[in-house]
Amino acid sequence: MDAQTARTGLPRKFEDWFAGRGWRPRRHQLDCLAAARAGRSHLLIAPTGGGKTLAGFLPSLIELAEQGGGRGLHTLYVSPLKALAVDIARNVAAPVAEMGLQATLETRTGDTPASRRQRQKFNPPDILLTTPEQVALLLANRKAAELFRGLKCVIVDELHSMIAVKRGHLLALGLARLRRLAPGLRVTGLSATAPDAQPLLDFLVPMNAGADPPLLIRAPGGTRPVVQVLHSETDIPWAGHTARHAYAEVYEAIRRSKMTLVFVNTRSQAERVFQALWRMNDDNLAIALHHGSLDVERRRKVEAAMTKGTLRAVVCTSTLDLGIDWGDVDLVIQMGAPKGSSRLTQRIGRANHRMDEPSSALLVPGNRFEVLECLAAKEAIENGALDGEPPREGALDVLAQHILGMACAEPFEADDLYKEVTSAAPYAALSREAFDETLNFVETGGYALKNYDRFRRIVKSPDGRRRVRNPVVAQQYRMNVGTIVEAPAFNVRIVSGARPLRAGRKLGTVEEWFIEGLTPGDTFLFAGEVWRFEGVAGTDAFVSRAPDASPQVPSWNGGKFPLTTYLADRVRHMIHEERDWPALPGALRDWLETQRAVSRIPKPDELLIETFPYSNRYFLVCYPFDGRLAHQTLGMLLTRRLERLGLQPLGFTPTEYSLSVWGRRDMSGVDLDDLFAEDMLGDDLENWLSESMLMKRTFRNCAVIAGLIERRYPGQEKTGRQISFSADLIYDVLREHEPQHVLMKAAWSDAAGGYLDLKRLSGLLARVKGRLVHARLDRVSPLAVPVMLEINKETIHGEAQEAMLQDAADALIEEAMGDGGRRVY
Amino acid sequence: MTADGVFIELGGARFTPTPEGALWWPQKEALIVSDLHFEKGSSFAARGVFLPPYDTRTTLKRLGRVVATFKPKRVISLGDAFHDGGAEARIDERDAETLERLVASVRWTWVLGNHDPAPPKRFAGEAVAAERIGRLTFRHEPAAGPAEGEIAGHLHPCARVRTESRVQRRRCFATDGARLVMPAFGAYAGGLNLLDEAFACILQKPVAWVMGRARVYPIAPALLVADPPAAARLAI
Repeated sequence: MDAQTARTGLPRKFEDWFAGRGWRPRRHQLDCLAAARAGRSHLLIAPTGGGKTLAGFLPSLIELAEQGGGRGLHTLYVSPLKALAVDIARNVAAPVAEMGLQATLETRTGDTPASRRQRQKFNPPDILLTTPEQVALLLANRKAAELFRGLKCVIVDELHSMIAVKRGHLLALGLARLRRLAPGLRVTGLSATAPDAQPLLDFLVPMNAGADPPLLIRAPGGTRPVVQVLHSETDIPWAGHTARHAYAEVYEAIRRSKMTLVFVNTRSQAERVFQALWRMNDDNLAIALHHGSLDVERRRKVEAAMTKGTLRAVVCTSTLDLGIDWGDVDLVIQMGAPKGSSRLTQRIGRANHRMDEPSSALLVPGNRFEVLECLAAKEAIENGALDGEPPREGALDVLAQHILGMACAEPFEADDLYKEVTSAAPYAALSREAFDETLNFVETGGYALKNYDRFRRIVKSPDGRRRVRNPVVAQQYRMNVGTIVEAPAFNVRIVSGARPLRAGRKLGTVEEWFIEGLTPGDTFLFAGEVWRFEGVAGTDAFVSRAPDASPQVPSWNGGKFPLTTYLADRVRHMIHEERDWPALPGALRDWLETQRAVSRIPKPDELLIETFPYSNRYFLVCYPFDGRLAHQTLGMLLTRRLERLGLQPLGFTPTEYSLSVWGRRDMSGVDLDDLFAEDMLGDDLENWLSESMLMKRTFRNCAVIAGLIERRYPGQEKTGRQISFSADLIYDVLREHEPQHVLMKAAWSDAAGGYLDLKRLSGLLARVKGRLVHARLDRVSPLAVPVMLEINKETIHGEAQEAMLQDAADALIEEAMGDGGRRVY
Repeated sequence: MTADGVFIELGGARFTPTPEGALWWPQKEALIVSDLHFEKGSSFAARGVFLPPYDTRTTLKRLGRVVATFKPKRVISLGDAFHDGGAEARIDERDAETLERLVASVRWTWVLGNHDPAPPKRFAGEAVAAERIGRLTFRHEPAAGPAEGEIAGHLHPCARVRTESRVQRRRCFATDGARLVMPAFGAYAGGLNLLDEAFACILQKPVAWVMGRARVYPIAPALLVADPPAAARLAI
């Protein structure tokens, strides 16, 4: 302790290091150190650029400096992103080298060579930087107890991004095990600004033992960002999210700045914006593209160029949302709606990683509703108002995976494991019954009709403890670990050589359904260029350059976020409040005034429903402003009811603000109060779910995570002819015979919480009950135009589908019967 | 013509395809089903994949319903009724009894398939490699080359149909007027796209009789589309 300076509590070596860089330790960094010295778990909430990483690692570095390293794993750093772990390792390695500390530091991700991963189990570094999946794998190892026995500290980075997702559940279960293996373990959470700290705090400590509550440390918020909404000189589009009308102004803003991040919400949008910027790039500015479908190599190149400061702008998606420091960004542009104020805050935080200067941001709305949304977001940021996702109850499929992992590690008693699992915050409310059901599922499938007993994956020893049956099961677990179920994807490759197609350079990957919709000859945008689709072989999609063609196929989406309740509510009120209209851009004012003249402007808490014919179809459009997910669910339930009424609905389109349903018959005569009655959330929902594709997709994901269906990795696909056997068949059978099975529960809970947004929908139905206003129109209203132009349509399975099959069949019969009674075979 | 106004004509006989995937032959009061694949679900358990063990029950329930509707004098099962040699040992007692009763209620013919090359031990009925009735031949695997009047299974035909607004994938009967391939009846039996080359050498421009909710729709070859490549398939 003599080496410590009185003022900061830092050892001399560290004090000098700070001074040598012209820095002074910040208040929150010292607070974290004090908490760690007292052995307390703590949460640091700091904006980007607040010295968060150093604050997290400082206590560990000091302990290692004082006590010396090389005594096994001391600190485990967990990040949601591989790239972040690698980057942080680089950042922390600097002070270690500069102070000459005897501490070793290594990363471990899926990309780490197997030999090193193996060695790390026996001869670990002092500090290991890794991901939740790797933590799960290490914990399922038979050496886990030995490896983690001396662990002192776990640092969880970007904690706010984990609490509402299954990866967070997996990590929470891992932390529960780590706390048992290493008593006295301290957990440090690092988080960006969050609206509610409590769920984050709960994550850090055991819930059912009388542990010291974690400490909350907040770094000062820095200066408020300067946010502007672009009021374009040109007219504001009716629909779409591309903000195409504003490209010239965006380019101008890039030209005026040193380094700009241009955030967009979908990958296809990134492609379009990037291409457009290049077309007008007369100054030859270095503008790059970064999104999740691009090949890793290409992304790394862009990141390296950013770090070196050789770029002027990067067009990117959420891949650059999280806290990697890439360079001196002085402007953040958000193209299209920001969707939520927390996400926007985070993105804006990418600019100017110095807390004493305000970040600068430009919001570029893509359509009229988005102008309102951007104005609402600007207001929210200026008031420091944040929205956030509430934490979700621990998922049972993740628990199933964890249980198998624990059985691989060492024999366990069910009672002990239950206690351990419920010490993790997401599982604190897990009943013993649900735990037993899940355990039973892992052991034998857990079906009421038990005939898998002799194939048990987990067996009981004479002492009552449970262990994994054999190494084959352990191998299965290792192949299946993780909570991310990728949609099947295709490699996009350049053709080299004509026929047969030969594989050339890989450009990236796209989802299967996009490829499915293409026919050879179609052109589309990818990696910033126009390509012609040539064909498919195996999991490769072949393309050739088509520089002179214009892309025909609207590109794939991906990475969409629903509008948060908070912003939706603000937008709803902006429309309702006519006295605020004068402050809106002229085009918007005209739009709303025309709407008032030809249809009506709904009062607060009214639900406006318009019906009108358009292009040989009949439409029903309503405006709940409750976000795309809730609207999507509403759309599915409404179409069911309309179907029952014989109105043959064909499909519906949900947007963030409104919902349109269309069909073959006029819907204006329907009893709307009946149609929107709250009881649709009862039987209708249940019945609809039974055959919904969404439920089947959800079930498939749960089944993969829980280990019922094996993951398939690229290259493992059988080639040639094969009889496909889909998870849909399993779902149908299980639902018929055991609808209460634990996997059905897991799928239901995912669907209700995530994809269906039932909470918001039931709020909506209650709010508008008795307040429906119907406008019977003979044409499209101004407010309806955006949803009419939206291309994201959902078709429904129902009588209309059968009717279409009938039409297809009739055509055949007519052809056959018309030909002198030729037989129909 | 049936009530639906459609029938399949083959080898001089007329058949009604049902939306459950069975073929009804009114003249002989015979019901034909194929590829029941009993106990496919439980066949995965040995390698630790615990699929819901209810596929046999679902299949039997559907089969029982069709039998109750048509009250056939005889049933011909076109092979692969049992997913593997161990299926009879794994079948749940209740399901076994249901099947026994069903088999005992009519003249039952087991055509043997590649999954079940030996006749079942526990269940009655006659086991044959192939059955000939008049100009018609009933066998499991379609014979190579032309085969006028053959009704077979084995291939699990399935059609992806392009309709007004979307592509639908359903099981189907496939016939070109000379030969007919039955859809798989089993709950866990997958499907093979009718445009796959396996069908090309046995059927000439087949019509797909697609199984709808309550009826079967004949769909012209021009409306059929191929499957996306294998990436979408699961590992089971």
